[in-house]
Amino acid sequence: MTKVLIPSGALGLGYDRDALARGIEHQPDIIAIDGGSTDSGPHYLGTGTSKYSRSSTKAEWAELIDARAKAGVPLLIGTAGTCGSDDAVDWLVDITREIASERGERLTMAVLKSGQDKVLMAAAFDCGRITPLPAAPKVNADTFLSCSNIVALAGVEQIQAALDTGADIVIAGRATDTAVIAALPLKHGCHAGAAWHGAKVGECGALATTNPNSGTILIAFDDQGFTITPMGKDAHATPQTVSAHMLYENSDPYILYEPGGHLDVTGATYTALNDRNVRVQGSKWVPSDRYTVKLEGARPAGYQTISLALIRDPRYVENIHTWRDDIITKCTAKAEDRIGGHFTIEIRLIGVDATLGPLDAHSNVGSEVGVLGIITAETEGLSREVAKILNPYLLHHPLFENEEMPTFAFPFSPPELPRGVVHEFCLHHVLELEHPMDAFRLTTEEIGA
Amino acid sequence: MIRLGDIVPKVRSKNAGPFWLTIDIFCGNTATFTQTSRQLKTRAVAEALDMDQFQIKRFDIADLNVIKLSMPRPSTQGASTDRDMHGASFGQLIQDLMI
Repeated sequence: MTKVLIPSGALGLGYDRDALARGIEHQPDIIAIDGGSTDSGPHYLGTGTSKYSRSSTKAEWAELIDARAKAGVPLLIGTAGTCGSDDAVDWLVDITREIASERGERLTMAVLKSGQDKVLMAAAFDCGRITPLPAAPKVNADTFLSCSNIVALAGVEQIQAALDTGADIVIAGRATDTAVIAALPLKHGCHAGAAWHGAKVGECGALATTNPNSGTILIAFDDQGFTITPMGKDAHATPQTVSAHMLYENSDPYILYEPGGHLDVTGATYTALNDRNVRVQGSKWVPSDRYTVKLEGARPAGYQTISLALIRDPRYVENIHTWRDDIITKCTAKAEDRIGGHFTIEIRLIGVDATLGPLDAHSNVGSEVGVLGIITAETEGLSREVAKILNPYLLHHPLFENEEMPTFAFPFSPPELPRGVVHEFCLHHVLELEHPMDAFRLTTEEIGA
Repeated sequence: MIRLGDIVPKVRSKNAGPFWLTIDIFCGNTATFTQTSRQLKTRAVAEALDMDQFQIKRFDIADLNVIKLSMPRPSTQGASTDRDMHGASFGQLIQDLMI
């Protein structure tokens, strides 16, 4: 049997300390946690940075390093620093060195990097080793060259290689959420379908229980299935909460593709052992002929400046679309005439249909509208210039030419806020590898006193 | 005709990666699941999201009383045309469907 303790759905999210302490009492074989996801958008991969603050990350990571010492087992994190790029891994490695040195604790650390060289990826695309997944954007070799970061998602093979170093702490770059949980049970020969299925159930910590905020869960894997035990005092796992987790952020509720094969849970059975624990058996792992890893890439998509104005005049609120469309036409013409260059002006109407846009057939307009101007341009300077041309319209543009000049509310001075470079996701592809370690780099080091 | 959101307890919309959206309709009990499963047309979902119905993958899961609908994201997550980074609001469109 292999017991994996999962403190929470992601480092930086927080967890219930008592639940973590109870988890240590269960004598786990490893503490495994996810460090990121694409779910917060392309900025993090585009810039190679973390969405969580350094201080929160350091505080939680230090507590997990303490928990590791108490349990006497390895501590493993995947997708370090939100996006799992090499820079994000280095950021967490630096925090880890700092903690070890402050504590005077001597530790061995293995570091697995998932960052890809864009020139090599462009060449791999040209020779047919990179293929699209369903709904992938159209790409060519230049798409790869335009990326600021490309990462490959490590599977269990690469994580196992890192665990094989015998390190106290393993910091991995981009990896599948499931691989960090499934790696040790699979290495120990546990049932493959159970290892992957349990990992999928556990990837968000206590989200698969009745008390998601408690964070910590323990999953015990064996040669036939797995058993999930929530560590939060009031958390219960039920067949419903556990089976429903295959729905979560997953396009297919029965199949999950991973490097080297796929998980099929069609035949899984979920049994309540009592009112807290659930036993799952019958999931299947189906190995694939080719070994592929998924690629994620983000690239710069221009510079943005946004402006915000508030409209409270009932006549303007009532005619807001006419007013907005007229501003876009006139401001675009003026900016093209005065500066030229590539830019777009978009104005979203907050309180009208800013969330769903043209899909929103049921919006009810209230007494005021927030007017969000979004200027995207090829340079930072151009985006700021166009925003400054837009601002007088947002402040004073009359609905009709022959009426008195209105004035609207600007909440700030200046009303425009630079957002700097913005990024976009541009890859949804897999890379074929001859050997799982071909696209990954593993190093070890001693840290602390 | 009844508004879907008035008979089901929850409709959840989430990203399934940056390029896919997945909407889970939690029906709560067998009767509501059976009714929704029969009467909710995939074509109506496609119209609400302004997409081709053949792009929508549909799973009617009786064990969970859930109908799951997955589709390519209307805009890639975080692209300049995207208004909802976590894809959380598309479920509102489904709740407003009349069945």
